[in-house]
Amino acid sequence: MIDADLSRMLLIRAFERKLLDLFGRGLLNGTTHTCLGQEYVPVAMEGLLDPADHVFSNHRGHGHYLARFDDPEGLLAEIMGREGAVCSGVGGSQHIRRDRYLSTGVQGESLPVAAGVALHLKRAEPGRLACAYIGDGTFGEGAVYEALNLAALWGLPLLVVVENNGIAQSTPTPAHTAGTIEGRATAFGIAYALVEGADVDGIRDRLAPLVTGVRQGRPAVIEFVTHRLGPHSKGDDTRPAHAVGEDWRDKLLSPRLERLEAEARARVEAVAADVMARPLSRWETR
Amino acid sequence: MRVAENLNAALHEVMAATDDLYLLGEDVSDPYGGAFKITRGLSTRFPGRVLSTPISENAITGVAAGLALSGDAAIVEIMFGDFAALAFDQILNFAAKSVSMYGSRVPMRMVVRCPVGGGRGYGPTHSQSLQKHFVGIPGLSLYEMSPFHDNLALLTHMLGRAEPCVLFEDKVLYTRPMHDVPAPFSLAVADGVARVFLDDEPDCVIVATGGTAHRALAAMRSLLLEEEIVCTLLVPSRLYPFEVEVPPARYVFVVEESSAGGTWGAEVAHQVHRRHWGHLAGPVTLVHSADSVIPTAAHLEDEVLVSESAIHRAIREKLRG
Repeated sequence: MIDADLSRMLLIRAFERKLLDLFGRGLLNGTTHTCLGQEYVPVAMEGLLDPADHVFSNHRGHGHYLARFDDPEGLLAEIMGREGAVCSGVGGSQHIRRDRYLSTGVQGESLPVAAGVALHLKRAEPGRLACAYIGDGTFGEGAVYEALNLAALWGLPLLVVVENNGIAQSTPTPAHTAGTIEGRATAFGIAYALVEGADVDGIRDRLAPLVTGVRQGRPAVIEFVTHRLGPHSKGDDTRPAHAVGEDWRDKLLSPRLERLEAEARARVEAVAADVMARPLSRWETR
Repeated sequence: MRVAENLNAALHEVMAATDDLYLLGEDVSDPYGGAFKITRGLSTRFPGRVLSTPISENAITGVAAGLALSGDAAIVEIMFGDFAALAFDQILNFAAKSVSMYGSRVPMRMVVRCPVGGGRGYGPTHSQSLQKHFVGIPGLSLYEMSPFHDNLALLTHMLGRAEPCVLFEDKVLYTRPMHDVPAPFSLAVADGVARVFLDDEPDCVIVATGGTAHRALAAMRSLLLEEEIVCTLLVPSRLYPFEVEVPPARYVFVVEESSAGGTWGAEVAHQVHRRHWGHLAGPVTLVHSADSVIPTAAHLEDEVLVSESAIHRAIREKLRG
């Protein structure tokens, strides 16, 4: 793994840890959902995406944003409602739009929208795709099935990335999903790949042909088996420590990682100090 | 020309004039041309831009929003407006909110067409007037088709707003004639509001939805002939936001087919009260359907839905006691 990828994963981790720290000290408003443990998923995927591809994110989207944009300042300002916020502080953690990146806070809602964008791309910009991140819990929503059906039926360049972290808020996957995600994809005749582990380079090598197929109008579902190391939002984790799952960081631990991690943490500390000192954001164009 | 023909012709024209406009819905393609035949001929003339979809109101509406987000425009036909309940998340939580929730204005050219209303014996889940469920959503404009508003101008206006719109189409209008106003009344349309009037000073003003306008008009005629009561009828094309200048009058009535409770008419009444309280002889009178599901059998449906006679009775009682 090159330094840039590892650094980005560590930046995301440092950012999320800082958010929980700020919450703990009563400095953040509202709620947030951190992606601790899942940082490598969007970093791996961004290596397969073009800036002209669309990305749809969800409630747990900080990693998706930071993998696409090296902009912890704008994201933290958005979450804290400070000057320089990506969306003037209106959207907050879960509702962000920048260029071809967009997140929404309702489960499953983004898939039909992503299908619509994919329909546009198929006609207007062949070769581009719409990538939507969802979770295992999202499969409880009917919108997912409606969109998968349409994507297969119309041959849309729609790439669905499932971050199966084994838990939906507090409900373990076996308690909310019958059957499998693979079974769901194949039922629609949609290509499917299972990804285990956090070997970013290996993941990209394996998925590249599938992503090329999506660009040619063959939608795909990629299931990452991953682990949510932190709470659903904040202080709401009811799992015993041993049930949380393994951390990619433990496997990659090395002097290089520790050096890059120190850099990422220092950067995030500086960003937080800077953003907290800024004036409040202003909502000017409604 | 009948209302359905006017709407069909309007869709043809707006599709021809707008290269990036899509139309999506269930069974909209030829030769079927939609459950009410409103989209007849469109898929033949505009292949690739008129898409028959699976029975997936949520996805269809989301796809339309995705197209709009990409800079295209989209019209969605919900076969029966009742099924817009299945698309409500996309309308409420995505399309309408996207206009402003990302901090800067995001243009969204999309129209969700909803055939609504009873009188056809389709029963409780295919006959409702759902307007009230969409009132007051930031970023969402509500319109209603009427026999007095040309649908090409209406569709062009809605797409030009660059924010999501819902168009309610009372099914009983499809077979009625356009611009039909009986003597001795006159019709004038300005700023999206149709006004049906006599030269005499009116005793009362009726604000009615497009779908109930012909019933209000029939009541106006019988009130004139039988009671010498002079009414002015206002039919707004846009229901919400409601910005109609209701002329000062001692009596104001709002007519709609909605079932009772939390109605569009109550919102109109609130605005009239705020602007004209000093002129009014009493509060605005709401005339609507009963607090009931809409039965299927014709005699039971008649008991529930707002009718010409109910409008006549409400106005006569208020003005004559």
